[in-house]
Amino acid sequence: MNNLNGERSWVEVAMYDELPVNSGKTVRFKDKELAIFRLTSGKILVIENRCPHKDGVLAEGIVSGEYVFCPLHDRKIDLSSGLVQNPDTGCVKTFDVSIENGKVYIDLLEKSEIAS
Amino acid sequence: MTQKEKLVVIGNGMAGVNTVEHILKLAPNQFDITIFGSEPHPNYNRILLSYVLAGDSKVDDIVINSYEWYKEHGISLYTGETITKINTESKTVTSDKGTTISYDKLIISTGSNAFMLPLPGADKEGVIAYRTIQDCEYMMEAAKNYKKAVVIGGGLLGLEAARGFLNLGMKVDVVHICDSIMERQLDRTASKMLQDKLESQGMNFLLNKQTEKILGKDRVKGLKFSDGSKVDADLVVMAVGITPNVQLAVDAGIEVKRGIVVNDFLETSIKDIFAVGECAEHRGIGYGLVAPLFEQGAVLAKNIAGVDTNPYEGSVVYTKLKVSGVDVFSGGQFIDGENTKSIKIEDEFSGIYKKVLIRENKIIGAVLFGDTSDGSRLMQMIRNETDITGFEKAAILQEPGENGNAGSSVADMSDEEIICGCNGVSKGEICSAIKEQGLTSVEEVKNCTTASRSCGGCKPLVNDLLEYTLGDEFDKSAQKETMCECIDLEKDEIVTQIKEKGLSHVREVMSVLGWKNDEGCSKCRPAINYYLGMVNPEQYKDDSTSRFVNERMHANIQKDGTYSVVPRMYGGVTNPADLKKIATVAEKYNVPKVKITGGQRIDLLGVKKEDLTNMWEELDMPSGYAYGKAVRTVKTCVGEEFCRFGTADSMGMGIQIEKRFERLNTPAKVKMAVSGCPRNCAESGIKDLGVVAIDGGWELYAGGNGGVKLRKGDLVSTVKTEAEVIEYTEAYLQYYRETGVYGERTSEWVERLGVQHIQDVLADETKRKELCGRMDTALSVLKDPWKEAVKSEKIQKDLYEVIEAK
Ligand SMILES: Cc1cc2nc3c(=O)[nH]c(=O)nc-3n(C[C@H](O)[C@H](O)[C@H](O)COP(=O)(O)OP(=O)(O)OC[C@H]3O[C@@H](n4cnc5c(N)ncnc54)[C@H](O)[C@@H]3O)c2cc1C
Ligand code: SF4
Ligand code: SF4
Ligand code: FES
Repeated sequence: MNNLNGERSWVEVAMYDELPVNSGKTVRFKDKELAIFRLTSGKILVIENRCPHKDGVLAEGIVSGEYVFCPLHDRKIDLSSGLVQNPDTGCVKTFDVSIENGKVYIDLLEKSEIAS
Repeated sequence: MTQKEKLVVIGNGMAGVNTVEHILKLAPNQFDITIFGSEPHPNYNRILLSYVLAGDSKVDDIVINSYEWYKEHGISLYTGETITKINTESKTVTSDKGTTISYDKLIISTGSNAFMLPLPGADKEGVIAYRTIQDCEYMMEAAKNYKKAVVIGGGLLGLEAARGFLNLGMKVDVVHICDSIMERQLDRTASKMLQDKLESQGMNFLLNKQTEKILGKDRVKGLKFSDGSKVDADLVVMAVGITPNVQLAVDAGIEVKRGIVVNDFLETSIKDIFAVGECAEHRGIGYGLVAPLFEQGAVLAKNIAGVDTNPYEGSVVYTKLKVSGVDVFSGGQFIDGENTKSIKIEDEFSGIYKKVLIRENKIIGAVLFGDTSDGSRLMQMIRNETDITGFEKAAILQEPGENGNAGSSVADMSDEEIICGCNGVSKGEICSAIKEQGLTSVEEVKNCTTASRSCGGCKPLVNDLLEYTLGDEFDKSAQKETMCECIDLEKDEIVTQIKEKGLSHVREVMSVLGWKNDEGCSKCRPAINYYLGMVNPEQYKDDSTSRFVNERMHANIQKDGTYSVVPRMYGGVTNPADLKKIATVAEKYNVPKVKITGGQRIDLLGVKKEDLTNMWEELDMPSGYAYGKAVRTVKTCVGEEFCRFGTADSMGMGIQIEKRFERLNTPAKVKMAVSGCPRNCAESGIKDLGVVAIDGGWELYAGGNGGVKLRKGDLVSTVKTEAEVIEYTEAYLQYYRETGVYGERTSEWVERLGVQHIQDVLADETKRKELCGRMDTALSVLKDPWKEAVKSEKIQKDLYEVIEAK
């Protein structure tokens, strides 16, 4: 839990209004590549941009509700938990998002790191 | 605590481990289990080796139980270790590595060895059997360096091996000693039909040939037959049969005939030693297929675990050939004999043959070719010895009607009976999964129990079990081929509703028709988007978020997330200026690979998505649509302009067709070709639409496919003029657009609708004109997506920009 103390690293990535609705976009930060999604509900969710199966780029998948379907072999991934859905298995890292003054920030600390 | 009993299993194959799985369920804590296996792998599904060889599966995919599974269940596993001695006095077994272990109960499940013909030269390099992962890997490796394989043996295994070689890009001859293939499973008619079909896939048969000698110095070079003829070979696979692996048992003084003799409880002649699987012989029969072995395993497991069990009384076997594009099924006795009668259907036109053999009003066997959907139902009737006295004879070959009296009931089956032979799932397991997990569809049963996950032959039975287990709760509508898990409707029902209710948006279709998931999934969204555009080309605004990445980005996604760019090149014809332009752009953007595609276009591979729009702008050429469910390319030969055989201008014709139909959305990709004479250099016979010039006219071939399901196109029309080629193509493509299920290639579509039907539609002038009219409308609204993207900053930003965060 120590990670919570001031080590969060919020990075500004985009204007909320400029993100396309219901499709993903690639975000690069140093050696990380993330996929950011603005859902129909208005929610923004961010995951690592690589499918656990064979590295498919998830930003390019079809988005339905809070799931993205990997464009390579159609694994279905829950955008909020990062869990690959049945019958396949695996998970991707997820990241926290905050929106202030119309700007979208991503916390580059993986949620899973915080949890453990 | 009492000491656990020691159970030792020799053979880590399908029968032995399946028995252990049962034992673990029945008596999880009763035994200390040790398994020995000669092969250096955990146990795997040997049946599926054919899929590995055919390139449809990987070795990892066919492992049944991983090393973790053995660990989890506390099983000591010795792989790569062969038992060489059983000492029945001291009750121990000893391996080639010197391990000695004592047992209280011993199961021998050593399977079989492939039978190698004792021919001169059979020991040469490149002569192998087909039995294990190792054999399979050897063949795949050999295919990289060698071109010509010969398979000795035209049975099930030989044909599957031969099909594998074709997929590996080798030429293959199948040598068979009889004059018809699979003669032990098929009657002559079916055998001939199978041979024709396989020949059309590129297999070559040398029938009535007895091999005399294997030629070559160190490595095999060829075969010599007893009639003096020869054939070249770089690789020879013997698939002529199996011999039960019984030496161990013989040495230990256990009674052995052809196999290890067992009684109805799988006990051998020596107490506490059991045998199961291909190495065993029960009531004089050794089985070489998995379903009976699993039935034996279930009985043996109960016997060993001390649970009451019915005796094993033998199995009625059936086979199904696992070769893509060929459906063959045979079960029970199928060769006409005295006091047998048969019911036959022979439809040469559709390539369907069905035969049911009857003795004393009971069905005793069946052969099905082309359509094997009746297989499991007939097998049930054979097993149950159903009396068919009251049956409408012809109805036996059709699905049971309303009153279902031609069918037979899964209710009569015992819980142990194996439903899915490939994965060894019994009726009991399926029924309890349905009840306990609340399953309602075949799809769910498949995901939960793995039944019907491999060859799919048992799907109808699984469906019957659902109906039987759920009773009134069984929802028939959930069993049809619905679009996807989100909705219980079929394609036609959806299209009808779109038209009737005037629906015009993807989300609207979903909410009006009651989708289970608000925003659908990756299967239904693209389909609805297509149907909406097809029904209303002029009004509908395409929903790019419902398109698969390739069609959204207008470039082909590659496995590493880069894209490939293919400019339009009508009829495969280009010129120096375009070539220069392509070269300059490729150089400027450091395109890592430039390749000619199968459709005669230039492919720029490995492009970053940020570069796509700039490249398109600089290329300033139309999009080649190498990525869409759309009209792709029209391949052409050189034709009369240059070719000494050409009778027509194939390039010109191809260019005309491509210009007319470029960008057209279709249910699945459409590839076309035009050849200038019947020599057919543009390969028009395996295209969705193939055009071949003949003297004074053109032939149109429909539904060809060079893909996974190889299919030769059918002649649907012969026309005189170029204008007619266009007109018929318009009607053909539009009819496909309107009646095709999204994702269905013309090859499947032609088979579903029937060639005759398509010929009739095209021949009907009124219908043709109507179709052409609607095609006109569809074509009138299409725009080049690359140009659009280059013009629109919004598209560029939304789709192609990568955010670089700092
Ligand atoms: C390519 C191929 C395709 C097939 N397709 C089908 C099909 O479609 N349908 C169908 O029903 N059947 C099919 N079969 C047949 C089916 O695979 C066999 O009937 C089944 O695997 C037999 O099971 P088993 O356990 O008796 O033998 P196996 O699965 O062969 O297992 C025996 C194991 O024992 C090991 N062993 C042998 N001796 C010793 C020893 N002394 N010490 C330690 N280990 C030992 C062997 O290495 C082997 O791994 C196919 C077979 C092949 C080869
Ligand atoms: S198909 Fe006929 S016209 Fe065309 S290149 Fe071949 S031989 Fe020549
Ligand atoms: S390009 Fe086509 S044939 Fe080649 S690997 Fe990809 S899918 Fe298979
Ligand atoms: S890489 Fe994502 S499903 Fe295969």
